Amino acid sequence: MVDAPSGRSLVVDAVTHRYPSGALAVENINLDIKGGEIIALLGPSGCGKTTLLRIIAGFIAQTQGRIIIGDDIVDALPPNKRAVGIVFQNYALFPHLSISENVAYGLAARGIDKATRQREAQRLLELVQLPAMAERLPRQLSGGQQQRVALARALAIKPSILLLDEPFAALDKNLRLDMQIEVKRLQRVSGITTLIVTHDQEEALSMADRVAVLSHGKLEQFGSPSDVYDRPQTLFVNTFVGSTNRLPGVVVSADRTEAKVRLDAGAEIIARPAGGALSEGGRVTVCIRPEHLQFVGDETGFAGVVGMSLPLGATVVHEVTTADGSGVKVSQARIGETRALENGAAVRLAPLAPSLANAFPATL
Amino acid sequence: MGAAPAARDVTSYGMGLAAPLALFFLVFFVAPLLQLFWLSLHNDTAGLHWGLGQYLHFLTDPFSLGVLGSTLLLGAEVTAVCLVLGFPIAWLYQRVGPKLQTVIILIVLLPLLTSVVVRTFAWIVILGRQGIINATLQSLGLIDTPLKLLYTQFGVVIALAQVQMPLMTLPLITALGRIDPNLDDASCSLGAGSWRTFFRIVLPLSLPGVIAGCTLTYAASITAFITQSLIGGGQMLFMPMYLYQQASTLQNWPFAAAISIIFLLAVLAVVSVFTTLGRMSRGYGGA
Repeated sequence: MVDAPSGRSLVVDAVTHRYPSGALAVENINLDIKGGEIIALLGPSGCGKTTLLRIIAGFIAQTQGRIIIGDDIVDALPPNKRAVGIVFQNYALFPHLSISENVAYGLAARGIDKATRQREAQRLLELVQLPAMAERLPRQLSGGQQQRVALARALAIKPSILLLDEPFAALDKNLRLDMQIEVKRLQRVSGITTLIVTHDQEEALSMADRVAVLSHGKLEQFGSPSDVYDRPQTLFVNTFVGSTNRLPGVVVSADRTEAKVRLDAGAEIIARPAGGALSEGGRVTVCIRPEHLQFVGDETGFAGVVGMSLPLGATVVHEVTTADGSGVKVSQARIGETRALENGAAVRLAPLAPSLANAFPATL
Repeated sequence: MGAAPAARDVTSYGMGLAAPLALFFLVFFVAPLLQLFWLSLHNDTAGLHWGLGQYLHFLTDPFSLGVLGSTLLLGAEVTAVCLVLGFPIAWLYQRVGPKLQTVIILIVLLPLLTSVVVRTFAWIVILGRQGIINATLQSLGLIDTPLKLLYTQFGVVIALAQVQMPLMTLPLITALGRIDPNLDDASCSLGAGSWRTFFRIVLPLSLPGVIAGCTLTYAASITAFITQSLIGGGQMLFMPMYLYQQASTLQNWPFAAAISIIFLLAVLAVVSVFTTLGRMSRGYGGA
């Protein structure tokens, strides 16, 4: 439908950016994005993801490194020559122009005649399912509709790359899901290489083919959503994406694939060395997600006392205090009749499988 | 009857609070204005014969009409100069760091912090026959005889533009500050160059400020008695001085009153044109 020069690749090659004050905004970022992929740049606020987006768009000239779109190094090109479409967090629709003029704006800048512009604007408004809104002003539209217009406006210039800056942050929850599905549909149809900047991990995991996790200007991990969730490479990724329990311990023995860890909570468990090799006797942090912990009946696992149980519908979350005093969350699926746990009941816990417990060298 | 407790309308405020100001306006503005109007309806200076003679005299007298026309034209010229020079300053203000912003604001406000008389005399020093401009040009050998700058329309326009500049710049700074900076980026990312972005986005969105600035500058410059008289000198006559001569020198109070009323209506007409334009552009403000 959108006959765009779509699916151009995007390479972020060793990009470093330093603020005039000397502080590092992003440091040595490498991303190799294939044509037609959806990539999420995920990280907390201040991690440098928006800076990276603005570097790709051309609003900021990076201190070092290159941006390559398709076969072209675009570093010397100003934003208006890069053919990069952007949807801003606040949509940034031109308030004094009608919806149709907004969508046609980029075409007018390219000197396309009025009749063609109007036809193209109408076609794009149909694509985003707002054909009847052409003559209205942006403020007469709801947030979700404004976002569709912003998308149509960005797609109108047939961009080779589409950048979305926190596109769903301002929408309420139900609308957000609708728009996420909508954006994914449009991306499928157009095949445009798309980069979504977000701090919302669910959004990143559900929408993206691959997720780049950033923290303090550094790339922590770049992989598929399941890689990032199930095989995190750093403690930051493990704790930022999804929720996790952090259990301190000491390495008893370790090889490349398995590590035996004595937890401070009082049990020896087998964990996966997630962040590279571990040395014997070294302190580690073992991360186990609430849904990867189970109650065990025998003497295996570590002991704890149930504090509170929160029935959250499909799951029940139990808060357990371990022997060393740290709190652990255990999430159980409600299948059939779940065993009710009394406040103060003594229980024993163990990970479902060794591969679901990730051991990272403890940071001091 | 389960009658609801009598609801109190919390939106009605006591009009009494506005009474002191209303009284002030009534005594010192409305009453003199009515007196002025009453005075203008007399055909003779003694105030014995009623009639529209003063108005007829003004509207059929080419000299009087000429003064009115040149005054309105002066306002238009000063407003245009202020807009052309003030817009870049306001634009710059929104794009520099906080330190430079303080400097710009200080420079913009400086004319307001000095007396009009002082500022006007400064212009006499600059524009005079032995003034700074003529002395510089002569010492550079660019001119042989001094240029006539003082007592010219050009001189009045330049001096008035400097005096009234804050009235243009401040509303413009406010209007430009209300434009979402993302709109600039959005326009740019859609392929528009700086000029297209300026004419299609920045200028239309700053129209409320442009109109407010123009209204203030216009109204202030056509009524600027001191600057007009001192820089314009005896050769250039504008409405405020014309009025003053009729009232003070010639003691022709009914004619002076008629001039006032006509001048007032002319200014109101121009201001209402600006206001109408402002209302039409209101759709542009805020997203």
